[in-house]
Amino acid sequence: MALINQRVDVPVIVDESKCLEKCTACIEVCPLDVLAKNPDTGKAYMKYDECWFCLPCEKECPTGAITVQIPFLLR
Amino acid sequence: MSTQVNTQWMRTDVLIIGGGTAGTMAAIKARQANPEADVLILEKANIRRSGAIAMGMDGVNTAVIPGHSTPEQYTREVTIANDGIVNQAAVYQTGKLGFDVIQELESWGVKFQKDPQGNYDLKQVHRVGKYVLPMPEGKDLKTILTRQVKRHKARVTNRVMATRVLVRNGRAIGAVGFDVRNGDFIVIQAKAVILCTGACGRLGLPASGYLYGTYENPTNAGDGYSMAYHAGAELSNIECFQINPLIKDYNGPACAYVAGPLGAQTVNAEGYRFINCDYWSGQMMLEVWKELNSGKGPVQLKMTHLDNDTIAEIESVLWANERPSRERFHAGRGENYRTHGVEMNISEIGLCSGHSASGVWVNEKAETTVPGLYAAGDMASVPHNYMIGAFVFGRLAGENAIDYIQDLDYLEPDPDFLEAEKARIYAPLNQPNGIPHTQVEYKLRRLVNDYLQPPKVSHKMEIGLQNFVRYQETLQLMGARDPHELMRCLEVHFIRDCAEMAARASLYRRESRWGLYHYCVDYPEKNNQEWFCHVNLKKTEVGEMVLFKRPIDPYIIDVDVNREVYDVAVR
Repeated sequence: MALINQRVDVPVIVDESKCLEKCTACIEVCPLDVLAKNPDTGKAYMKYDECWFCLPCEKECPTGAITVQIPFLLR
Repeated sequence: MSTQVNTQWMRTDVLIIGGGTAGTMAAIKARQANPEADVLILEKANIRRSGAIAMGMDGVNTAVIPGHSTPEQYTREVTIANDGIVNQAAVYQTGKLGFDVIQELESWGVKFQKDPQGNYDLKQVHRVGKYVLPMPEGKDLKTILTRQVKRHKARVTNRVMATRVLVRNGRAIGAVGFDVRNGDFIVIQAKAVILCTGACGRLGLPASGYLYGTYENPTNAGDGYSMAYHAGAELSNIECFQINPLIKDYNGPACAYVAGPLGAQTVNAEGYRFINCDYWSGQMMLEVWKELNSGKGPVQLKMTHLDNDTIAEIESVLWANERPSRERFHAGRGENYRTHGVEMNISEIGLCSGHSASGVWVNEKAETTVPGLYAAGDMASVPHNYMIGAFVFGRLAGENAIDYIQDLDYLEPDPDFLEAEKARIYAPLNQPNGIPHTQVEYKLRRLVNDYLQPPKVSHKMEIGLQNFVRYQETLQLMGARDPHELMRCLEVHFIRDCAEMAARASLYRRESRWGLYHYCVDYPEKNNQEWFCHVNLKKTEVGEMVLFKRPIDPYIIDVDVNREVYDVAVR
């Protein structure tokens, strides 16, 4: 089966200028495990579009690098 | 792929699957009961922020506090609210042991609201008694529990998802699953297993169409319902769905429990009250449904008549606890409680005993019908049990499991079963270009909406049932590209099992009961002559789902259910 990559608006926005390369706080606390590190940059990003907009990632980020938006379909 | 998978073996005395409210308490209580026992929590997320209360809770809803109410009053209230279908001995435990929980939580630093004289500041939300105790600083509840789990030296394995309970000689002897990050196959031997995996919150599809826009934490996909079923345990009253009055689109609680005691009102579009009690019940949901279909909807939680300080107090609680992102949801739409009502809608269906009554059958000791297998929290069949009930039954499960394992030894799992389960788990990874789990799940849950959302119609549910049975084949088409996607695929298996149970149980109980939760168009009346019983189901030896009536144990608190009917309509 052919798979296509479709663009989606994702709720978790990471400010890469603030994201610490050695920190995994957001990744560790996400209940749905949707965050990951970009292996090239060491910055966190939303890898899977499965956000519950519950906010632990934002609250536990030590540098305030994360902003969670309400998913577009609910906004 | 499956042949290359790394296998990890683990052993523990008491295995707890799910590290939310009930699971963390089960671990703590098991360790307190026997500090020599090895206790392991298996959690597919991270216990620091997992389960229904990942972001804390703004209050407890079933607090029976001496001087304010009694376990007898509480049991009576829940018996009437659940139309008489209760195992009172189990409900009574929540009333009897809840105060211990509150005191112990306080000793750990959880703060409950008190009046200036230092008395618990209980609020009335239920029809008769005061059982709602606010926790305006409840946002750290889960981190406090996590600290206590560590302090009690219970072991924790995060990011491992259980898929099946291991059973041998009719006894629960462990569990299997996989690491959702590295994909390892995990086999855990245990002397007792406690299931605490929460509700099936991903059964119906939210009206928004967003798979994870659920009321419950979407990780709670009915894992424990499915695992208990396949272990041979009985499940109970699955037709008593969870359906909640929620903020439209956002799908979080509008939160009359917080705002109601401060003066907020659930009203129709004309601003009139149509229910006289905001406590969540199927009967209340039926009134909401009628109102929405009467031309007098939409329904809203109204606060515009309150003064600014009161609204600010409500906001300070709601913006910090449980679902704090609701603040930005309202802001994004330019809504403010001073000028706008909160538009409410009827949620999609789920299974949850914490709110309604659908769960894995447990007795007053948190035992399921399989020896060595316990259940607690939202998935255990103690009606209207909420968070205090999850703590109480977590405690009961932990303590009774410690009792049970004395002089008990490990049993070796059946190697054939392990091989078959390994093949089942890893099948999607063998076809990475198979149909994505998102599409398979979307269609399944859309079918749940089409055929099971009340009002229930037998002909529709028959078609739904055929679809869910046939969906076994559809599941074989799913593909996963990594262990994370594999986790979601296996969750779709759980959801399918729950959908089939929901259809069969709803077809079996040929009456209407619990308001909207089981409102059958074909059988619109409650029928106590024939259906004053639990409807239980289980898997037979040959793998078939059977349903049967389970009698209701004689009440320990006298209630005349023919005379005392739960009715919250304003007439």
